[in-house]
Amino acid sequence: MKEKIIHTDYNVNIEGRNRSGTAWRWIFQASTIVGILALVALLLNIMDASFGYVAYEAKVNPATLASNGVPLEEQSKEQLVALLQSKLSSGAFNKLDKDEPFEKRSRANVLQIVNERIVKYEVVQVWDLWSSLTKSAEIKATVAKDFPQADLKFISWLTADFITRPQSSEAITTGVRTAILGSLWTILFTILFAFPIGVGAAIYLEEYAIDNWLNRLIRTNINNLAGVPSIVYGILGLAIFVRTLEPLTSGEIFGLVDATTANGRTVLAAGLTLGLLVLPIIIINAQEAIRAVPQSLRKASYGIGATKWQTIWSHVLPNAMPGILTGTILAISRAIGETAPLVVVGASTAISFDPTSPFSKFTTLPIQIYQWTSRPQPEFRSVAAATILVLLIMLLSLNASAVVLRNRFSRRY
Amino acid sequence: MAQSSPNTEASKYVLETKDLGIYYGDFRAVTGVNIPVERHKITAIIGPSGCGKSTLLRAFNRMNELSPGTRIEGEIRFEGENLYDPSVDPVEVRYRIGMVFQKPNPFPKSIYENIAWGARIHGFKGKMDELVESCLRQAALWDEVKDKLQQSGLALSGGQQQRLCIARALAVQPEVILMDEPASALDPIATLKIEELMQELKKNYTIVIVTHNMQQAARASDHTAMMMLIEDGKRSGTVIEFDKTNTIFTNPKDKRTEGYVTGRYG
Repeated sequence: MKEKIIHTDYNVNIEGRNRSGTAWRWIFQASTIVGILALVALLLNIMDASFGYVAYEAKVNPATLASNGVPLEEQSKEQLVALLQSKLSSGAFNKLDKDEPFEKRSRANVLQIVNERIVKYEVVQVWDLWSSLTKSAEIKATVAKDFPQADLKFISWLTADFITRPQSSEAITTGVRTAILGSLWTILFTILFAFPIGVGAAIYLEEYAIDNWLNRLIRTNINNLAGVPSIVYGILGLAIFVRTLEPLTSGEIFGLVDATTANGRTVLAAGLTLGLLVLPIIIINAQEAIRAVPQSLRKASYGIGATKWQTIWSHVLPNAMPGILTGTILAISRAIGETAPLVVVGASTAISFDPTSPFSKFTTLPIQIYQWTSRPQPEFRSVAAATILVLLIMLLSLNASAVVLRNRFSRRY
Repeated sequence: MAQSSPNTEASKYVLETKDLGIYYGDFRAVTGVNIPVERHKITAIIGPSGCGKSTLLRAFNRMNELSPGTRIEGEIRFEGENLYDPSVDPVEVRYRIGMVFQKPNPFPKSIYENIAWGARIHGFKGKMDELVESCLRQAALWDEVKDKLQQSGLALSGGQQQRLCIARALAVQPEVILMDEPASALDPIATLKIEELMQELKKNYTIVIVTHNMQQAARASDHTAMMMLIEDGKRSGTVIEFDKTNTIFTNPKDKRTEGYVTGRYG
């Protein structure tokens, strides 16, 4: 190109501007790569612990428990109960029966108790996925030498059994059904509590509240509340839902007290506490979504004589709904992963009974992860890793279903 | 508000302003407006940018109340009654005095729903399909959209969208239609269509239109109100001349009007 004559006051320097643009581009790309690497490292770490060799011994060889040639695994529930009765002390047997009568228990549950109390599988050593793959021969030699009684198996800690089994005290027989159901129950009450209240508050603040100092103060403080540490909400939940509202959260006023509960540390109290925690997030996101609805749409509606409520219901809410749902998805994802407030509210860590009502004791997936990682036995790290996988899968599928729901709403004209 | 009926000796004027002043907070946007709006006629409001044309128009159906801090002094009489009387519900005002906006703003719904919604919220019990068709026909849009009533109103062209907005306003059977520069976002052909449409509509409705386009005012309107900013302590918009459109454009009394309509000013 023929050079342009440039006034001396300008230092055009297009090359230099392009260079600094490229430099910034590299910086941003590097940040993205760091983020992706961190995610990959996390996943690899979890995978490493979730699969691998495990060496375990049985205190009592299951083969010796076969009755009339029927191996343990294939015996009927009645046979298993009889086995328990003969092998356990009557005190221990009666306690199990008192916790939940044997007639009501499933065969799988009874079999699990037999495995836990009589056979007593014990993990003697675990290896992570990497060494299992690279040092297979070495591991086999070690086991043959150090633990001649032990079985060595390459296992995935995350199995269908792991998901459907209730919790137990042995790593190899434990499961997360209790925690999955606990998480689902808790989150159900979180949504039921926080979604309508959050959206309602956002509608009020955006559409009805006039712009005065009081409402500005309220808005600012909702933003502040979203930044309050979750454990503070746990303490709030403990004070309000567990202590003050105990008659409600324990189900006492409905006459539905769970025999095993008798206090306010229930699914309902946990759900409401998490609801409080995510309420500001839902309000803020819903406010943003409502504010994003173009003013021209409201004018169009008022212009043909619609009332405020008709305008909100028919135009503002349908158009804000995708945004509101996106915000709610984010909030619920956060609630599913919360641990600290539930520890304070009083999640049970060792329960093997499924929650069956709002007034049941509960545990959740993050609580289980926390509890298992704090155990000294290395095999529980693998159990925790498998639980993390379950939690991640649950999060992703909840998010996916919410995205589908959102897209249905936003299929606009 | 009393329902107007053609049998009573209704005044010639549907709307009349009496010393109307409009304020945004402390700022006086419009001062001392006294104009009548004649039944079944098109009244145009013209003037340079920022002189309060749209503000005045929005006061006619109390749309300006949607922005907080707006208030008026003086009166606007609609069929003889003060629109701003505390006993008057703004929803009823907007139901009887409809509005078409500068930028076409159809609802993000189907063409059919755009029209049906307004009728439905006012408890329309007749045959909806017929109403939709008649409104679209009155808005000269029926032939273009009759095969795609279930398609989005937003998929139409700008001119079609604006006619859809007019059809939407007709669906609630207003007595007056306010149009705020309805053709300013449209090309000349679409503009012409809107103007032809206005001539049809004035048989049944009273129309007040704000326009930037003087040819449009000259072509389409029966009466014209010329607005301008005046220095009255503070700058404020007012109507400096109101007359038959023909007079305003050929023989204006006010020098400023003459300057504006001949293009020497503004």
